[in-house]
Amino acid sequence: MIELKNLQKTFDNGATYAVANTSFSVEKGELLGLIGESGSGKTTTLKMINRLEEPSSGEVYVNGQNVLASNPEELRRNIGYVFQGIGLFPHYTVAENVAAVPQLLGWDDNRVKLRCQETLKMVGLPVEEYGARYSSQLSGGQQQRVGVARALASEPDVILMDEPFGALDPITRAELQEEFKRIQTNLNLTVIIVTHDMTEALLMADRIAVMKDGEVLQIGTPQELLNKPEHEYVKKMVDMPKRRADRLEKLVHSS
Amino acid sequence: MSDNLREQLVLLPDYFQGHLLLTLISLSLGIIISIPLGVWAAQSKIVKRPLLTAVSIIQTFPSVAILAMVVALLGGQIGLVPAIIALVLYSMLPIVRNTVTGLETVADEVVEAARGIGMSSNQILTKVRLPLALPVIIAGIRTAAVWTVGVATLSTLVGATSFGNYIFTGLQTSNLVSVTVGSLAAALMAIVLDSIIGGIQWLTEQRNQKSSTRKFKQVKFIVITAVLLGGSFSAYSLLPEPKADFVIGGKAYTEQYIIAGLLATELEAAGFTVDQRIGMGTEVLYTATANGTVDVYLEYTGTVWANIMNNSHNPGRKVVLESVTDFVKGKDGMINVGTLGFQNRYALAMRKDRAQELGIVSIEDMIPLADGLIAAGDLEFFGRLEWITLRDTYNIDFAEKLTFDSTLMYTAVNEGQVDLITAYTSDGRVAAFDLQIIEDPRNSMLPYDSFLLASSRAAENNRFVEIMQTLVNQISDLEMREANRLVDVEGRSVSDAIAYLQTIIHE
Ligand SMILES: Nc1ncnc2c1ncn2[C@@H]1O[C@H](COP(=O)(O)OP(=O)(O)OP(=O)(O)O)[C@@H](O)[C@H]1O
Ligand SMILES: [Mg+2]
Repeated sequence: MIELKNLQKTFDNGATYAVANTSFSVEKGELLGLIGESGSGKTTTLKMINRLEEPSSGEVYVNGQNVLASNPEELRRNIGYVFQGIGLFPHYTVAENVAAVPQLLGWDDNRVKLRCQETLKMVGLPVEEYGARYSSQLSGGQQQRVGVARALASEPDVILMDEPFGALDPITRAELQEEFKRIQTNLNLTVIIVTHDMTEALLMADRIAVMKDGEVLQIGTPQELLNKPEHEYVKKMVDMPKRRADRLEKLVHSS
Repeated sequence: MSDNLREQLVLLPDYFQGHLLLTLISLSLGIIISIPLGVWAAQSKIVKRPLLTAVSIIQTFPSVAILAMVVALLGGQIGLVPAIIALVLYSMLPIVRNTVTGLETVADEVVEAARGIGMSSNQILTKVRLPLALPVIIAGIRTAAVWTVGVATLSTLVGATSFGNYIFTGLQTSNLVSVTVGSLAAALMAIVLDSIIGGIQWLTEQRNQKSSTRKFKQVKFIVITAVLLGGSFSAYSLLPEPKADFVIGGKAYTEQYIIAGLLATELEAAGFTVDQRIGMGTEVLYTATANGTVDVYLEYTGTVWANIMNNSHNPGRKVVLESVTDFVKGKDGMINVGTLGFQNRYALAMRKDRAQELGIVSIEDMIPLADGLIAAGDLEFFGRLEWITLRDTYNIDFAEKLTFDSTLMYTAVNEGQVDLITAYTSDGRVAAFDLQIIEDPRNSMLPYDSFLLASSRAAENNRFVEIMQTLVNQISDLEMREANRLVDVEGRSVSDAIAYLQTIIHE
């Protein structure tokens, strides 16, 4: 359960707001898609949830806890985070990267090892083959999967993902989206996924928040966005995938 | 193999050990001090600028000056300790700078990821930033290692054994073989150390990708073997050596090397063990003898009179000798064991035929002729007290006063370009060019009687004093000049000169 109340962030003492007056909440077990153009404040919003950025004003609650009142390191260890730039440790192997958070949490070695195997298998990178590799020995897509595995490893119930599937080819991407959606449903995870890709948001998210210039323009289920866009901008964003879907359907029927 | 080379190689194990020990200890301490400082600087803007400025300034100081300052700060202590302190100071810049750079160049997104998964700042430092900065830090250590090996040669000047002993002895005694052996040995040590650390650096760089390749394993094996060998050798070197009975000191010129060697030979013949620390400056040597780090060396009355007692008048040879003897005894309990007989003072010298032609025997004979004579002095003579007293005592001035490098000065008088020069009375070149020393009946030149200055500890040993006394007043100006000439002009070895003096003393 994540709740944002009047959250604001300025990097220039109030001249401009990277995130302005943002409030929304994500229910337990819900997957929220956060979508918007480049620079609209998605990453900044996400980072304020685990205090990688401190809010200029407003409050954030995770599982009922005010994050500003909790120890930031402990908070971060209990929230899975997938970084926009992947952010794997280049001097750690795949297995060591995945084991990093459980080790910080003080799990015993055996449990860490088992969990490592489990999560790597979930993202389709069997530990026997990939565990000992370094990130420089992986493709961009494989690195992203390790990033996802690392976020899952400590069994958090809240996961924040910043464009986790950006570097994947369409087929792998679709597979991983489905795979992740399945994991999320099974484990009843509370997730925010930041994305540029409306189709991805529509297909994965329970609800979608559309951001522009630091503000959330509309938040709602995929159906609501598709059928009742409240802004010209939102309409433009959902129109594209809709038109494509229509064209595809025509293609299918014309043959 | 030439005798000279063989003589040099006999010294190699000792000098190698001294040099390696200096380098490894200084480098290790430098690393232990500099990395934390670098980490501190990388984390605090307030620390960074002043610290980097400070270590850079240290670096711009001439290394000899740093050595001298450390010795002074330690109250005149010589040997390993001041040398190591100076080397550590010198090694800091590259390590501190590279630690800062290395830490700062770790990609921001990696540091952010470390924060994002919940690492504390300490964990980020030790688990992420330092390991990633390691190749850069090691590159800094590598630079420091090469510098340290080079600068360590200067440790000879403060009485620590190193390859510098070859170089300074060689320079002072015109022994090119010695200089070459010392320089090559230092260069070789620098190359080997550089390669080993370079190997470690390569390993840390490759670790992320190629840790399973064969080359990686080979390099790892070589590096580990080399480090173990070097480590155990220096640990072995650190084992306390039986301390020599006496430490003989010496300044950095031929005469000093010869007399120190002579003292060593005499003491060893009597069954004592000795250590020679040659190549130091007067101040350092004098304080080291006062505090007992050095037991005996060859000093000159005029030097103590003018440079240590800060006198600027000349009461005559006898009074100076007596005052100096009282002074060293009274202040630091040192003993003037006795004069050796020769002086090493300034004197006017002329070519024999020219002196005869003009009828000059003493400076008094010059007075009427002076405005037709061309004089040549070394770089400092005409600025020294000696010249002022000479001029005033005899009321004399020369038609021309030229200043030369001392080697050129001797050539000039020999070739008749100048009439007279300001020679040193025990200089071998006086003998080589067969010059005539002009008498100084009014004692205008400060006397520089050579004498053996001994520490209070050594002076308590009767046997030691006895042996030293067999040398008293045994060496004349002429004989010391001849010994110096053998080395400086004929290129013979210092041991040849020692042997020559021994035949004179024990005849
Ligand atoms: N540390 C910072 N200092 C100053 N400005 C910042 C900082 N981080 C972000 N910004 C600014 O805040 C705004 C929002 O940035 P943010 O990274 O949240 O965008 P985003 O929606 O994630 O964009 P993208 O899709 O390109 O990742 C941008 O204008 C950006 O320049
Ligand atoms: Mg972003």
